[in-house]
Amino acid sequence: MFNVEKIRQDFPILQRQVNGKPLVYLDNAATSQTPQQVIDVIVDYYSNFNANIHRGVHTLSQEATDKYEAARQTIQKHFNAKHAHEIIMTAGTTHGINLVANGFSSLLKKEDEIIVSALEHHSNIVPWQMLCEKTGATLKVIPMNTAGELIMNDYDRLLTKNTKLVFVNHISNALGTINPIEAIIKKAHQVGAAVLIDGAQACPHIKADMQALNVDFYVASAHKMCGPTGIGFLYGKEAWLHKLPPYQGGGEMIADVTFEKTTYADLPHKFEAGTPNICGGIAFGAAVDYMNNIGFAAIEKYEHELLEYATAELQKIQSLKIYGTAKNKTSVISFNLEGIHPYDIGTLLDKMGIAVRTGHHCAQPIMNFYDIPGTVRASFAFYNTKAEVDALITAVKKAQMMLS
Amino acid sequence: MMQIEDIQNEIIDEFSMFEDWEERYQYMIDLGKDLPLIDAQYKTENNLIKGCQSKVWVHADLVDNKIIFTADSDAIITKGIIAILIRAFSNQEPQDIIAANTEFIDKIGLKDHLSPTRANGLVSMVKQLKMYAIAYQTQLK
Repeated sequence: MFNVEKIRQDFPILQRQVNGKPLVYLDNAATSQTPQQVIDVIVDYYSNFNANIHRGVHTLSQEATDKYEAARQTIQKHFNAKHAHEIIMTAGTTHGINLVANGFSSLLKKEDEIIVSALEHHSNIVPWQMLCEKTGATLKVIPMNTAGELIMNDYDRLLTKNTKLVFVNHISNALGTINPIEAIIKKAHQVGAAVLIDGAQACPHIKADMQALNVDFYVASAHKMCGPTGIGFLYGKEAWLHKLPPYQGGGEMIADVTFEKTTYADLPHKFEAGTPNICGGIAFGAAVDYMNNIGFAAIEKYEHELLEYATAELQKIQSLKIYGTAKNKTSVISFNLEGIHPYDIGTLLDKMGIAVRTGHHCAQPIMNFYDIPGTVRASFAFYNTKAEVDALITAVKKAQMMLS
Repeated sequence: MMQIEDIQNEIIDEFSMFEDWEERYQYMIDLGKDLPLIDAQYKTENNLIKGCQSKVWVHADLVDNKIIFTADSDAIITKGIIAILIRAFSNQEPQDIIAANTEFIDKIGLKDHLSPTRANGLVSMVKQLKMYAIAYQTQLK
């Protein structure tokens, strides 16, 4: 039984005050908060198991290795990857994207094409631009409509026999649109292109199934789903991971080194040079467990209720405009008040204890599309309440009054 | 003519009368609304200050050896902040602007009460005003 008041007790930070007001945390799309169960794992690791993993013969090293590899398996099971070694631990989503982009730089030729979507975060545009500069390949963009949905007919036209890689986010960070990645993947495969999906925004809301999606690469970050920052994963199909060259050189990623030649280690270690974020990896596993204990079906249902309620209440505010009205979206609402800069609203909301994000959300192409400097973005998690939505509404009205 | 320090003290006095954040921010918002608009020809990429989430343009003219600052922003609270800075630094001689300290910003609680990115914007604004002063000072020599 989903009980939000009971869930809130798991999050110590939700008890704190900001500017003398109870914190209303609505910046979950930027980072989620951490439950005590995950914090305990971090403390337990440094109190009892801290050691460098792999290769150590002593007890601590073996125990830490077991926990780290168990976390990898937890992630594998959650995302339903076929093999644990298809899960590469990364520093986060951006790291994973760069790893794949770097790998493709040796595989692409001048006439090749890469497709990205108009809904991408900067971290999903820049690595591909760099890759195209390096290889001479062409970058194409799937356009969006005013609701913030990708125009699939245009996608069909962009796909050619030269398309080598398609890169789309599962869910847009700026607008909350859930993209039709099943169709995107299927169509890309028909022309022989590989697909990389950025699941950073999806992982706290949707349980993505790697095998059912038949996706080639999928990346996400732990800190979006109740885990710590600085850790994430790259899923890659085994065959692809064998094909891609290593990203960084260093310890852990080698099998044999002489000054003449180095033989790379097997998967996943080929892509995990150096001492990893061991504690972060273990805590990531704990975060996945925590969210599964609550249950993704329950989370989805509750967040959808919150989204509908917040959307309806916000729409009652005069001259408020919501950007991103896709039929299929998660609990993210980007909005502006007519004639008022989003930054002014965000500043005043903060004074009232409400944490939202303002600005272009690292998605300037989307802001350019709507011809606005940015938006105010409220993003809800399963631990937010209707009372917090009410607090947001009251605060937005007050800010509007002060600013007009 | 009032010295920069006197004007700053006057601003500190005004802000000390406010009882809560609401009064303080309402005042800044009103200052922002009252700020005379910058001439459109000066709202150029060159006059844009980097480091602010909102857009801020600052233009400086030298008139009778004194610098006259004009500015604009697309966000009203930011405009209020510039209005305060302009009141303190405009119509002063370059050397005085260069030498002026900026502690009054802390004393009126602006730096503390603004988000880090905006505080950075504030730092960039002060830096830009001083840069203009340095540039004109060089011209005068």
